[in-house]
Amino acid sequence: MKHKLWHFNGGLHLDGHKHMSMTEHVLPVALPAQISLPLQQHIGAPAEPVVAVGDHVLKGQMIAKASDYVSAPVHASTSGKVIAIEERPVPHPSGLPSECIVIETDGKDQWKELKPIANYQEMDPSALRNVIRDAGIVGLGGAGFPTFIKLNPGPDNVVETLILNGAECEPYITCDAMLMQEHPRRIIDGLLVMKHALRAKHCLIAIEDNKKVAHTMLVNALHEHESEFIDIVQIPTLYPTGGEKQLVKVLTGKEIPSNGLPIDIGVVCHNVATAAAVCETIEAGKPLISRNLTMTGEAIETPCNLEVLFGTSFAHLLDACGWQAEQTDEVLMGGPMMGFGISSLDAPVIKTTNCILARPKNQPHRQPAMPCIRCGQCADVCPAQLLPQQLYWYSHAKDFDKVQDYNLFDCIECGCCAYVCPSHIPLVQYYRFAKTEIWAMERDKIKADHARERHEFHQYRMERKQQEDEERKRMKKELLKKTQGKEDTEADTKQAAIEAAMARVKAKREDQEQQKKNVENLSEKQQQALSEVEERRQRSGKAESSNEDSN
Amino acid sequence: MQAVHSSPHTPPQNSVSRMMLTLLLALIPGILVYIYFFGWGVVVNISLAVAVAIFSEALMLGIRHRPLKPYLLDGSAVVTAVLFALALPTLAPWWLTMAGIAFAIVIAKHLYGGLGYNPFNPAMVGYATLLIAFPKEMTAWLPAGIHEVTFIDNLRYTFLNALPEGMTYDSLTMATPLDTVKTELAQDRTMEEIPVRYSGLFGGVAGRGWEWVNLMFMLGGLILIYMKVINWRIPLAVILGLFLIATLFAIPDPDLRPSPWFHMFGGAAMLGAFFIATDPVTAAATPRGQLIYGFGIGIIIYVIRTWGGYPDGVAFAVLIMNMAVPTLDYYTRPRVFGQGKK
Repeated sequence: MKHKLWHFNGGLHLDGHKHMSMTEHVLPVALPAQISLPLQQHIGAPAEPVVAVGDHVLKGQMIAKASDYVSAPVHASTSGKVIAIEERPVPHPSGLPSECIVIETDGKDQWKELKPIANYQEMDPSALRNVIRDAGIVGLGGAGFPTFIKLNPGPDNVVETLILNGAECEPYITCDAMLMQEHPRRIIDGLLVMKHALRAKHCLIAIEDNKKVAHTMLVNALHEHESEFIDIVQIPTLYPTGGEKQLVKVLTGKEIPSNGLPIDIGVVCHNVATAAAVCETIEAGKPLISRNLTMTGEAIETPCNLEVLFGTSFAHLLDACGWQAEQTDEVLMGGPMMGFGISSLDAPVIKTTNCILARPKNQPHRQPAMPCIRCGQCADVCPAQLLPQQLYWYSHAKDFDKVQDYNLFDCIECGCCAYVCPSHIPLVQYYRFAKTEIWAMERDKIKADHARERHEFHQYRMERKQQEDEERKRMKKELLKKTQGKEDTEADTKQAAIEAAMARVKAKREDQEQQKKNVENLSEKQQQALSEVEERRQRSGKAESSNEDSN
Repeated sequence: MQAVHSSPHTPPQNSVSRMMLTLLLALIPGILVYIYFFGWGVVVNISLAVAVAIFSEALMLGIRHRPLKPYLLDGSAVVTAVLFALALPTLAPWWLTMAGIAFAIVIAKHLYGGLGYNPFNPAMVGYATLLIAFPKEMTAWLPAGIHEVTFIDNLRYTFLNALPEGMTYDSLTMATPLDTVKTELAQDRTMEEIPVRYSGLFGGVAGRGWEWVNLMFMLGGLILIYMKVINWRIPLAVILGLFLIATLFAIPDPDLRPSPWFHMFGGAAMLGAFFIATDPVTAAATPRGQLIYGFGIGIIIYVIRTWGGYPDGVAFAVLIMNMAVPTLDYYTRPRVFGQGKK
């Protein structure tokens, strides 16, 4: 059952460094005295606290609810007392603190009452999605997009292929490989739940061919199930095969449209760890409160994979693994290609923390950037088939129109270009800068548009008020004249009242019409600008969601 | 330069200086054969050009307030100097070499913004300038073969303009095969007659000595492709362009048109295809753009050699296609992943 495979442009053969953390032994990690659970551990709106300082919470209890459609609740990862809801360090590239619920653990690790679901096959997919949403499950591959949304294909879409991403192409990271080795059954059961929710026709589990053991374990587990609609496919080890767009191309030969979603081509992609989490929720009733993560790097004595409660600080874990602080250059969350440096080790493990990487000091030094010599090696390795040197040129020149012309927003920030650049230009940093600037400019533009509309409406209202006042004065005057002439009758007064009412109605109608015109009478250019902004906003929203599971 | 470390967090894999150094090493086989056939002049030219190039580079970096160390160590000035020197005739006087390379580095490179910013290949700008300004001195080639001109003789000629004992300028120098063929064809001689009249000038398929020099540069170029310092598109397109147009004209008229082999292994064809046209800064950057760029160079080389005013056309062909690069790059942008076929 050899599955036909396709290629994507470029990519890199990287030294995996995976053996170091692929160890069987599991270190005991003591329950930390405090856990800090950020309200924002996913893509979308931050969760809203539903507990107050001083409350006692149980393990698995929801402590913050989803505040929007694209959002995910947060659950207490152990029992204890809420001692603060305030800004604390979080793992984020910006290094800025963010709102967290801080729990002082009581050491009992006492679960709330769990409600497993006995027969999910009989459940309506939408009810099943609600269970998964309430369990706080988000994509565990790295992006953290709420899973229930990706389990909703929409009314008009048919899911031909449901893909489980077990590629794990980033160097050093082995948490998915370990999960596949240790809990293959969970992954397959989770996949079946997802298949039910999506009514998918066919399922693929993709594993890079450097993970032989994981592959064998999954194949064995699959035999027990005898599912004829699940295929386990070994794919060539090539970074970034684990990127959603690249993986879909490799497995199906189809390309996700540049501003579209996998569902547009009948594909849905989830991470293997997400499937395992779904299985835990359905079978054991457990919400997402912990995950497997890789502790690795040359500055760690015993690299390993651990199941870690969310909210456990990086420092706590590093200490447990024999971290040599004085020999560490930097601590990263994620892998060396796409991870980011952690500025405070008090930051907690969150839903998207797949790896903590402590890199040693004695590495070759970063060299100063030289000018781009246009050698084009970046374009050769770019999996999105972009021209990184042009993107760099225009980002550098802050020409944000041109940089979008060259499809900046198709960049998945995989880092291949910067990796091969002979001039050592931090290319990805330039692209992130350009993206951020463009988003900021769009926000400003929308704000300015709102302000302008408000101002115009205010002016219009003032004018209308003046007109109405004058009208009223005039009517009064007329009425006065008539009464003075003692010729007024009941009918006349009535007539005047009717006239006044009609005038008001007319004014109101005009008002409505004029209001409409405010939006209608935009020049062609303004209209175009507006629709461009709209389109871009949608695209960037989608781009975020499609970066899901990028490992 | 960057205070914040952004991903990827990987040690540098490659560097400009490594690329330049590899390129210089790949030139060595060609240079050795060059010395074998044409004497020590090329070594004198290279040494002089490199020295002046480094001096000019340092001077311009100083004037432009750029750090000396990283830019001098990047090796780009040395590469320009060596390629420039390889294009010069072996008996070039010292001032010719110095003026050409200084012009290349100061005007063609630094006045346009230095490494990465110059639109025209500096070595070829230097060479073309000399060709226009000093046409006579640019033809002072030794004939290919083992001759009596020693290293000292060559030095004396370069710096003191002193001819070896008992030799005149005309007995010492000789027109290149490309030049000879061009002049003779203009005098209505045929490709059959010419090699007979100039027996020492021709080898197996092209000019004597030249064919070996070209072969060695091709070998060096293939090594560069293997080492991923250059990619295959530009060299292949140059050779293909030259070969196709030469074949097209040679088939109906073999008496009046030299064979495609004569063109491919004559003059600076292989040096141009693998080492000069591939200068990343001034070449097209998109895959399709590179093919068109290289193909254009191949065609123009033939046009200049056949109908132009100069015996060889590599320098002008490269410079002309340099002009087309921004347009080529703009119109040959590759299809982006996930976008429909353009």
